[in-house]
Amino acid sequence: MLPIALERFMSTRVSLFVTCLVDQFFPRIGLAMSDVLERVGYECEFRRDQTCCGQPAFNSGFTGEAREVARYFLKTFEDADHIIVPSGSCSSMIRHHFADLFHKDTGAQKAASELGTRVYEFTEFLTSVAQIDDVGARYEEVVTFHDSCHALRELGIKSAPRRLLENVRGLELREMKRVEECCGFGGTFSVKLSELSSDMLNGKIQSIVATGASSVIGLDASCLMHIEGGLRRRGLPVRTLHLAEVLASR
Amino acid sequence: MSTAFQKEIHVALGDLKLQKTITTATDRFSEKRLDVVAPNVLPEYQELRDQAHHIKRHTIDHLDYYLETVEARVQSRGGHVVWCADAEAAVNAVIAIARKHDAKLAVKSKSMVSEEIHLNDALEKNGIEPVETDLGEYIQQLARERPYHIVAPALHKTRGDVADLFVEKLGVERNEEPEELTQVARRVLRRKFLNADMGISGANFVVAESGAVVLVENEGNIRMTTSAPRIHVAVAGIEKLIPRATDLAVFLKLLGRSGSGQPITSYTSFLSGPRRDGEINGPDEFYLLLVDNGRTRVLADKEKRQTLYCIRCGACSNVCPVYRRIGGHSYPGTYSGPIGAILTPQFAGLGHEPTLPFASSLCGACGEVCPVKIDIPRMLLALRRDIKKGEARENRWLPEKLAFRGWSWVMRRPRVFEWAGFFAQAFLSGQDDHSWVRTGPALLAPWTATRDFPPLAPRSFRELWRARQSSSGWIPTHAARKQKKDA
Ligand code: SF4
Repeated sequence: MLPIALERFMSTRVSLFVTCLVDQFFPRIGLAMSDVLERVGYECEFRRDQTCCGQPAFNSGFTGEAREVARYFLKTFEDADHIIVPSGSCSSMIRHHFADLFHKDTGAQKAASELGTRVYEFTEFLTSVAQIDDVGARYEEVVTFHDSCHALRELGIKSAPRRLLENVRGLELREMKRVEECCGFGGTFSVKLSELSSDMLNGKIQSIVATGASSVIGLDASCLMHIEGGLRRRGLPVRTLHLAEVLASR
Repeated sequence: MSTAFQKEIHVALGDLKLQKTITTATDRFSEKRLDVVAPNVLPEYQELRDQAHHIKRHTIDHLDYYLETVEARVQSRGGHVVWCADAEAAVNAVIAIARKHDAKLAVKSKSMVSEEIHLNDALEKNGIEPVETDLGEYIQQLARERPYHIVAPALHKTRGDVADLFVEKLGVERNEEPEELTQVARRVLRRKFLNADMGISGANFVVAESGAVVLVENEGNIRMTTSAPRIHVAVAGIEKLIPRATDLAVFLKLLGRSGSGQPITSYTSFLSGPRRDGEINGPDEFYLLLVDNGRTRVLADKEKRQTLYCIRCGACSNVCPVYRRIGGHSYPGTYSGPIGAILTPQFAGLGHEPTLPFASSLCGACGEVCPVKIDIPRMLLALRRDIKKGEARENRWLPEKLAFRGWSWVMRRPRVFEWAGFFAQAFLSGQDDHSWVRTGPALLAPWTATRDFPPLAPRSFRELWRARQSSSGWIPTHAARKQKKDA
């Protein structure tokens, strides 16, 4: 018999954690993600009990509330094999910050770090576990890709999305200037210090527009929501898409 | 309610000329930094950062031991060590030293801790003239401004600004050429160097095993400051210690690279005590001031103690999208940029400027470049937690706290969450056509001032999923779990 960890790792059953934002605002991203995963041979389940990873409270300084929600998350996903998330930020919250939340509760901390090994940001899962760079997608547009901060710096995701994009038929990737600079979202930061946040967004939008791309692609619905909000306000005809949506199209 | 800090932010964001100056300068630093830490130039860069972090951690964890070692070493070489509990004790010590040796003119090299204790003001008030000899600091002193950046004090000034300042303060003819400006300063400063009774420096490192103060620079003014006058006073925060001189092999490789993008700075001075018999240069008397001023409080906090690892390279400011927009003078306190955002609340108290640790999108650019690997975003999070705890303790009805209590309650009740989404949707869809919101209600207003806000999806993911799966045997989680158990 295989050890449980290995058995889980080999499993072709994946559990979707779509994040509260995708669930309520951008369900098309979750659907696109499950389409792609199914296309490459995974069986998707959606646990209806899921809600949020707790990040909004955690980043705002309300660790007690974040801990409650994190504990609830652990319970909801405790027996899932792979947990796939269309967000670098939420993946990192679970993988890295849960441990901080439970520093006084060794049992929960152990459970959190164990569960953390089964949590994957979507592109990370495709390229490193499923070992797939080409999902057979087609998207005939000039695009630019925004590195979201937590995917990039907390999870080290840089080449995975680009490898996936490279294999999309008809797609041309044009890198923007200052591609690694934050779009200014930052959760409640975007309303608490909205002027500063907007100024950061301004810089990001200038970089996007300068590439001449027709779409901007990202890994986090939150950054994309921020960028799209700015593009719409300026009446700029640039589309915002999650990478899963690009990979789902053919 | 907006705080003084938020007002500063507003003003800085409106100043386009200033923004351009800051961006150009910090970009230059960052680009040069990237060149000299590139894997083909410095393959061991990441290992050096790990090493630097470990050396600092070890030293800070055993700071009591190393401080005593330093004291003994300095004294054995004929120097004096003065322990300063706070800013007042430190400035009083400098004044007392000046009085004792009848010093009227003190030349100074760049030192952040001397800014922190407001040394220049105190000296002036006591009839001792302090003269900054680092070009940037000299400019700032003439303008009577505090440093704008940890390593580049006059970063926000264009050469035109400096030329104007020299005309106004020194009565010279206007000339914008950097070489000419440097010459003007040099002429003034040379006279000061020759007449100074006392030289005051900071310390980049203090080597415990030898008691040597290590200083790095590019202009040569530190050499002059510490060797020309009769008295040398080095002011150092107690966190500046490193155990051995060999540790410098790690730190010197990182400091110049991270700070100004130089493989190594032009001058590195090792100063250990007064001039000894047979030596030509050096002061008659040497004093090392070891300043606490809040540092032991940081030290006592195991979680945030790593703030003390900082070697003041300024790299975090150069890459920070917030610093690059709001600039150094918007920050409350002496230290600007990400390091200031985590240091100032710990020095001045959490209530001092509670917005400060929240003025970050937590993008992590600072932590990525920090040569001693301080986890700055994590420190910001810890400070946010402490601040909110304090606010909630003071105000049982803190609205934000109540909101998050309610949020947590809902987030642990998936059916309530579902229904809440459903009702919000039903309510909102009666009002609009699922287009993006252009003017949001109260809480959303700061967002919609500059950005559209997305509408709730007509049908949530969970609803769509249910519809999709209903034909293919979708099972809710608890049932699935039960089934698995039974199997
Ligand atoms: S926190 Fe790190 S990057 Fe920032 S000044 Fe200190 S050592 Fe340099």
